[in-house]
Amino acid sequence: MELLLVILIGILYAAGIFMLLRRSMVKLLIGLTLLGNGANLLIFLLGGITKGKPPVIDSAAKLFTDIYADPIPQALILTAIVISFGLQAFAIVLLKRVYVLINSDDLDDLNTPEEEDI
Amino acid sequence: MLFAILAGFIVSLLYIPFGRFLKGRLAVLASLLPIGLFTYFAAFIPDIQDGASIAFHQPWVPSLGINFDFQLDGLSLLFSLLITGIGSLVFLYAAAYLKGHPYLDRFYAYLSLFMAAMLGVVLADNVLLLFIFWELTSISSFFLIGFNNDNADSRKSALVALGVTGGGGFLLMAGLILMGHLSGSYSIQEMIATNEYLKGHALYGLILLLVFVGAFTKSAQFPFHFWLPGAMKAPTPISAYLHSATMVKAGVYLLARLYPVLGGTDYWTYPLIIIGGITMLYGAFHSIFRTDLKGILAYSTISALGILVFLIGIGTPQSLLAAAVFILVHALYKAALFLTTGVIDHETGTRDVTQLSGLRKVLFPLAIAGLLAALSSAGLPFTFGFIGKDLVYEATLHTDGILPLVLTGLAVVTNIFLLYAGLLAGLKPFAGRLPERYSAIHLPHALMWAPPLLLAILGIAFGAFPALADASLLNPAATAMINEAIDSPLKIWHGFNTVLLLSGITLALGVALYLARKPSAHGLAWIERFNPLSPKHLIASLTRAVHRFAIRYTRTLHNGFLRVYLLRIIIFAVLLLAFRLFSGGAIRLIPDQLSPVGIYEIAVVGILVAAIYLAVTSTSRLTAVVATSVIGYGMCLLFVFYSAPDLAMTQFTIDTLTVVLFVLVLFRLPSFLNLANRGTRIRDWLVASAFGAVIALIGIQVLNQPIDDTISKFYGDNAYVLAKGKNVVNVILVDFRGFDTMFEIVVLSIAAIGVFSLLKLRLKASEKE
Repeated sequence: MELLLVILIGILYAAGIFMLLRRSMVKLLIGLTLLGNGANLLIFLLGGITKGKPPVIDSAAKLFTDIYADPIPQALILTAIVISFGLQAFAIVLLKRVYVLINSDDLDDLNTPEEEDI
Repeated sequence: MLFAILAGFIVSLLYIPFGRFLKGRLAVLASLLPIGLFTYFAAFIPDIQDGASIAFHQPWVPSLGINFDFQLDGLSLLFSLLITGIGSLVFLYAAAYLKGHPYLDRFYAYLSLFMAAMLGVVLADNVLLLFIFWELTSISSFFLIGFNNDNADSRKSALVALGVTGGGGFLLMAGLILMGHLSGSYSIQEMIATNEYLKGHALYGLILLLVFVGAFTKSAQFPFHFWLPGAMKAPTPISAYLHSATMVKAGVYLLARLYPVLGGTDYWTYPLIIIGGITMLYGAFHSIFRTDLKGILAYSTISALGILVFLIGIGTPQSLLAAAVFILVHALYKAALFLTTGVIDHETGTRDVTQLSGLRKVLFPLAIAGLLAALSSAGLPFTFGFIGKDLVYEATLHTDGILPLVLTGLAVVTNIFLLYAGLLAGLKPFAGRLPERYSAIHLPHALMWAPPLLLAILGIAFGAFPALADASLLNPAATAMINEAIDSPLKIWHGFNTVLLLSGITLALGVALYLARKPSAHGLAWIERFNPLSPKHLIASLTRAVHRFAIRYTRTLHNGFLRVYLLRIIIFAVLLLAFRLFSGGAIRLIPDQLSPVGIYEIAVVGILVAAIYLAVTSTSRLTAVVATSVIGYGMCLLFVFYSAPDLAMTQFTIDTLTVVLFVLVLFRLPSFLNLANRGTRIRDWLVASAFGAVIALIGIQVLNQPIDDTISKFYGDNAYVLAKGKNVVNVILVDFRGFDTMFEIVVLSIAAIGVFSLLKLRLKASEKE
């Protein structure tokens, strides 16, 4: 299974980078999302995957009696998901704003000609 | 002593609030600072004469070896007295010269700053401290040279001076750090103790090169001399101060100071003799073609600096003593000539030597000053210049091998030209018939003619009674350079010998040249024909070439396209990571450690891959967004399978929200345009795939590493015991790492405020462009 996930992560990263290199701003955003998903999955995988043993203590016990999935990567990813949502929400609205202003989705239209020669 | 050095900095700061009160007659008050410092340093003369040296130590950054270490010995004292003494006269002189100037306070502030920096250079014992002051002199002299900042030429000269001296300073820093690193201490006194090790080290040549370039740029040695004539754009008191006693002597000082550490080898001697020799001849030769008084003085200063470097290069006790004497001789007569020139310029409005004559009739005290200074520079008997010149010849004659002939010949020719230049600057404007247009000139305020007169008289007094200065100042200065006691009284009369004969030849030829040759614009035009070959011209074209290169380089690398930057960063990262990955050994996957694969997992991964494909290739924005959300839900399922219910829930919520937001906000955007051509797409695919592959390989490598679970175990064991919660992930977030979560909430709130304000913002019509 790890092998499958590794391949999936590779694909997510590759697709994310490819989308980041596009000129369209919407594609850039999608690329960012893909890259974020890839990174989350990578952390998840590297923390070790365990099937069917969530890190929740049995309601009758005070301590774990069985093996359990590593809670740290989960805590990290949870934070990452939430933060990336903040980023995406802001980026989406910003994109909308840019579109209203310059009426284009093309990143190159944002470039202002720099001052030539000093 | 620290206070004496810092006083200039403090005073220059005081000019900011109080400077505006220092106008009119009150300006004389500014000279209290240098006069006070001069008195302070003069009080050390008896101690230094007895061979003592005063050290001061105050830790600053001990861990880096930078301390306020100051050392006052003969050499430092000579320079300190020159800096403060000539400084006092320049301060007084400027009070009259720049009377009523709107920026007089600024002038004094810069000058105080510069003086303090110079004092720091000559007193510092720690080379890094010395370097800091060295740079401060470059910076403050930049302000001084560009003092007339409404003049484009003036600004340009200041920039050239800063560029040349600053560039040299950069190399000097490298040299000094190298020295300190090798000898294990940044203190010059301690370096002297380990000098044999330094001289024997393989990097000795490099150290010398770096230090030499630093000293040569500062002291205007060929081929870096060209900033000095340009610096003549500054008001004359500044030129007098910078070029007689201070700024340009800093390089000479550095060489003299480091002589006991680095000097005495062939690597030291020959470069200095060659460069010093070229400079002294080049400067002297050029000086005779100039018609601008300050130009003459500038080139003769270059020549004098060449002589000093040359003498330090020879490195015998005689030559070092000659250098010490010549430093004083030159400072006295050159400052006097500059100040005289300043008055002439101020009163007549011209510095063209072909226009000036007969001024003795209207500016009599000044004529005396000019004459005495010219005589001293010519080295007539009973002037200080005579002793200086004698010592120079004696030093060149007492070298080994065939050198005496060559070096003495060089020195004689140089001195002939210098004599001519001195007469031109000090005698020519005052001799002859007074033109009608200058007859109305009146003698200016005493503050303007007394300082040059005093300096010129001192030049004669030291010459007639050398005992005034030899044991008290000059012998200790030479002692500090050689690091062994020197006690050689200066004599006016050495008897009939070769030196006297040479002096006679110099005098006769120099005077003959003065009588025979009249300065003319024609001569100037002739020498300027060679300008395209001059170092100034060559370096200027080099600068232009660098500039062009920089523009081209910037346009290629920094072209303003975000994705181009991104592409380069990714390619570089791929290469770097791949190199590390493959050089670290084989990549393998241990099959028995892998967990089994079920049909559900395969199905989910399949869906994910399909969704990614769709998100990337779709031409419809809506399809792409939906595909992205499918990817999110797929991730959700993976989290569910692998024991992360909290993640699954969060991902589910967030993903839903994102899609809603996407669709709501971006509903009316046009469909995707395919803006890239085929080649670009293929290139991007290759780069992206390479990056993905590298990440995947890193993932595989990391999977082979054992996982350290002590922290996880701590949280697992204590989640209920300490925090009374049974869901460990939640306990970590809200309890163990509660602060992190709080700040995360802050971040989200800020994003929310941003989103809200962007949505609410209504554009004005004018902004909708």
